[in-house]
Amino acid sequence: MSAVEDVVTEAPAVEAVPKRAMTLGYGTSLVMLGLLIVAPMFVKNFIIFQLTMLLIYGLAVLALNILTGGSGQFSLGQSAFYAVGAYTSAILMEHVGMNYALTLPIAGIVCFGFGFLFGQPALRLSGVYLALATFALATAMPQLLKLGYFEHWTGGVQGLVVTKPDAPFGLPMSQDMWLYYFTLVVTIAIYIFSVNLLRSRSGRAFMAIRDNEIAASAMGIDVALYKTLAFGVSAGITGVAGGLGAITVQFVAPDGYTISLAINLFLGMVVGGVGWLPGSIVGSAFIIFVPNIAEGISKGLSGAVFGILLFLVIFLVPHGARQVAIVAQQLIGKLKKN
Amino acid sequence: MTQAQLGRAQDPLLAVRDVSVVFGGIIALNGVSFDMDQGQILGLIGPNGAGKTTLFNCLSRLYQPSSCDILMEGQSILSRPPHRIAEIGIGRTFQNVALFPNLSVLDNVRVGTHSRTNSDIISDSLRLAWVRRGEAELNERVHEIVSYLDLDDVAHVTVSGLPFGTQKRVELARALAAEPKILLLDEPAGGLNHEEVHVLGDLIRRIRDERHVTILLVEHHMGLVMSIADHVVALNFGRKLAEGTPAAVQSDPDVIRAYLGSKDQ
Repeated sequence: MSAVEDVVTEAPAVEAVPKRAMTLGYGTSLVMLGLLIVAPMFVKNFIIFQLTMLLIYGLAVLALNILTGGSGQFSLGQSAFYAVGAYTSAILMEHVGMNYALTLPIAGIVCFGFGFLFGQPALRLSGVYLALATFALATAMPQLLKLGYFEHWTGGVQGLVVTKPDAPFGLPMSQDMWLYYFTLVVTIAIYIFSVNLLRSRSGRAFMAIRDNEIAASAMGIDVALYKTLAFGVSAGITGVAGGLGAITVQFVAPDGYTISLAINLFLGMVVGGVGWLPGSIVGSAFIIFVPNIAEGISKGLSGAVFGILLFLVIFLVPHGARQVAIVAQQLIGKLKKN
Repeated sequence: MTQAQLGRAQDPLLAVRDVSVVFGGIIALNGVSFDMDQGQILGLIGPNGAGKTTLFNCLSRLYQPSSCDILMEGQSILSRPPHRIAEIGIGRTFQNVALFPNLSVLDNVRVGTHSRTNSDIISDSLRLAWVRRGEAELNERVHEIVSYLDLDDVAHVTVSGLPFGTQKRVELARALAAEPKILLLDEPAGGLNHEEVHVLGDLIRRIRDERHVTILLVEHHMGLVMSIADHVVALNFGRKLAEGTPAAVQSDPDVIRAYLGSKDQ
C-alpha cells in the first residue's frame, strides 16, 4: 500500500492529493532501497561512479524540490550553492587536511548561511523575477571562483584536485564502491530529514506560503522568515550534494558549476514531478542518462535528440514521474481487483 | 443578549478609535469608532464601497490606518506585524475564501494552529520526541475541530476540490484552530443559498456560545445580520452612519436612505 494508491482509494470523486502526497509508502520505499543497495554489486566501476552521481544530483534536485515544490519559490541559481558546497569540501580536505566525511556538514552549514542570506533580498521578488535574480547568482559564481584574490585557496581557473578516499576499516571494496555506499547513506538520511521536515509544522508553513501568502500570514506564519529558511535548507542540502560531488569527481573547477548545471537541476525537478520528493531520483536519472542515450542515437545531433526526448516527456507526462507513479498505482490496483 | 449585557460592565475586548484610511486621494474610512464587548456578535453593515472590508483589513494589519488606534484588551495592535495578530487572539476568514488549495482539510486546519505551537526546522527534520508529542496533541485538537464543523467525511480531501459551502466551513475550522478571542468573518454568507445561510447563522451563534468567541460579522445579507447580531454598526462612504440594536439600526432613516436612496436625491 503506497501513498500514491491512497489517491485512488480515498477520494475517487475529486482530484485529490493525499496527506502523504510528497512521499512514498513503506513498501515502495523498501523496494527502492533494496535496488539501490544491490545495484552496484553487478556493474563496472564507471557505472558505479555514474550511480553515485545519480544519488548526488538526486540530492540537489530534492533540495530544489523543497524550495519550489515546498515553499513555491523558483531558483535557477542552485549551481551556485552546489559550487560553494563543492569548494568548501575541497578546500577543507586539501588545504586543511580534514576528513572528507567531516567536510560535508560544514559545507551544508556554510551553504545554509549563504542561502539564508541570499533569501533576504530575494524576499522582495517572486515568480519569474526571483528566477532571474537566482539566474544572476548562477552566472556570477564561476567568475567569483576564478578571482585572483581567492586563488591561493580555490586554485583559480585551474581548480583543485581532491584525493579520493579509501574504504575504511580495511573493507574489501573499491574506492568507487565505498563512495557509492557512503553517498547512499548520506542521501537516505537527508531524504528522511526532508520528509520529516515537510510533514511538520515548518513544512506546513512552507506549503501554506506557497498556496496563499496573505492567509498564511493571517494564521501567524512569519512569511519572510519561512521563505528565507526554505532558501537556507535548500542551499544547505545542495551544498552537501556539492561536497559529495567534489569528492566523487575528485576535482573542482569554476567551469564545472555554470548555469547549465542549474538548468539541469531545474529540468530534473520538472521531470521528476514538482513537489514530489521521490521523483528527484527519477529527474536525476533523466539529466544523467538521457544525454548519453541521445548521443547513442545520433552523435552529431545529440542536443536535438535530447530536446525531442525532453519535449516528449513534458508533452506526455506534464507532471513528471509522479504522474507515471499514479497511473502505475491505478493499474496495479485494477489488476489486484481482477 | 445577556452575554452582551454582562460584557458591558467590563472594558471592551476590542476598541476601534477614530480609524481613518486614505488610498491616494480617496478616503476609504473616515474617523470610525466603536467598541466590541466580550461574547458579542457585532454586525458591520453598509452598501458596497462603504469601507467594511477596509476596516477588516486594518484589524488584521494588512492596511496601515493613517490616524487612530485599535486596542485589543487595552493594548494597541498597530505596532504588530500582520503575522503577530493571530497570537493575541484575532482570527479571520476571507471574503472569497483564502484556503491553501493544495493541502488537505486536516492540513489547512493544522496550519491554523501555527500561532499556538512551536517548532524549529532542526527538531522538525529529526522528528524529535517533543515534536512527535506536539504533533499527537495537535492532531487530537485538529480532529476535534474538524468534527465540530462536520468535516470528518472530507478530512483527507484536498480543499480545492470541495464545494464552496464546504470550503467556507474549512476556513471557519482553520480560524477556530488558532483559538481566537475575536473572530472576524468577512461576508460568510456570500455565495450561499437561503438554506445554507440559515444553517450558517445557527453555526455562528453556536460558535459564540460554545467556544466563547466574540464575533465581528461583515455582511451584505441583512437577514443574517439582523437575526444573529446583538449590536449593529452601519457604515457608508467610510463614515459611521448609525449604531445600536439591529431593530434600531434597521429603522434609522439615514441607513434606509443609504440603502434605498431618498426622494430628494
